[in-house]
Amino acid sequence: MNRTYELMFIVRPDMTEEDQDKLISTLETAVTSSGGQVKNMEKMGKRRLAYTVRKFHDGMYMLLTFEGGGGLVHELERRLRVSEPVIKFLSVRIDEEQKRLAKVKALRDSKRKVPPATPTAEAAGEAPAVTA
Amino acid sequence: MADETRPTSTSSAPDGHSGERRPPRSGPGGGREGGPGGRKYFRRKKVCKFCVEKIDSINYKDVRLLAPFVAESGKIVPRRLSGVCTPHQRRLSLAIKQARNIALLPFAGRAA
Repeated sequence: MNRTYELMFIVRPDMTEEDQDKLISTLETAVTSSGGQVKNMEKMGKRRLAYTVRKFHDGMYMLLTFEGGGGLVHELERRLRVSEPVIKFLSVRIDEEQKRLAKVKALRDSKRKVPPATPTAEAAGEAPAVTA
Repeated sequence: MADETRPTSTSSAPDGHSGERRPPRSGPGGGREGGPGGRKYFRRKKVCKFCVEKIDSINYKDVRLLAPFVAESGKIVPRRLSGVCTPHQRRLSLAIKQARNIALLPFAGRAA
């Protein structure tokens, strides 16, 4: 039972590059060691925070996408909570949303091929115009 | 409620500034010029931006998309002002709340 999660976290802006890489690698090993799989790791760069967090106005945003169970999320959150340079984090389950998007996309594509199909829901009026 | 300035109309304003986020003048704060009764004015039918532009995913990371639906005060713009349909408003509010949590959007007031 693998689910896809997205873990966004913010580290303090004065954290050095190598410290960031070290933190990232520990998180990635934590994922793989508990049977998960890292899908993507992205540094989103420095960004202004919408409100002050621990007296910081800026933060380095990071985004980790991985597959795994709920226990893994728990473990990662625990790690982030105890690691001092991390000032905020948010984990979101994304597989269901992805499934829904794929479904909508498939529906759209099938409509595009057959324009006079029963027009339903939101794409109703626009569907024939796309093919024309 | 003769509030004609929908967030959808202002959202296309080019905002190529990454450092300082400055949401376009959104619905509720702006056009409040409805006269007494308000019935004399022509009111355009409000449409759901997400239905019209066929935006499927409302993601908390997409601040550019969410910003027009957050008022100056930081509040989520109600459906009756923004014209967003119920299913989309539900997902929109979820995304805004997630974005607030990770400091992409403010809880209250302008983005500091």
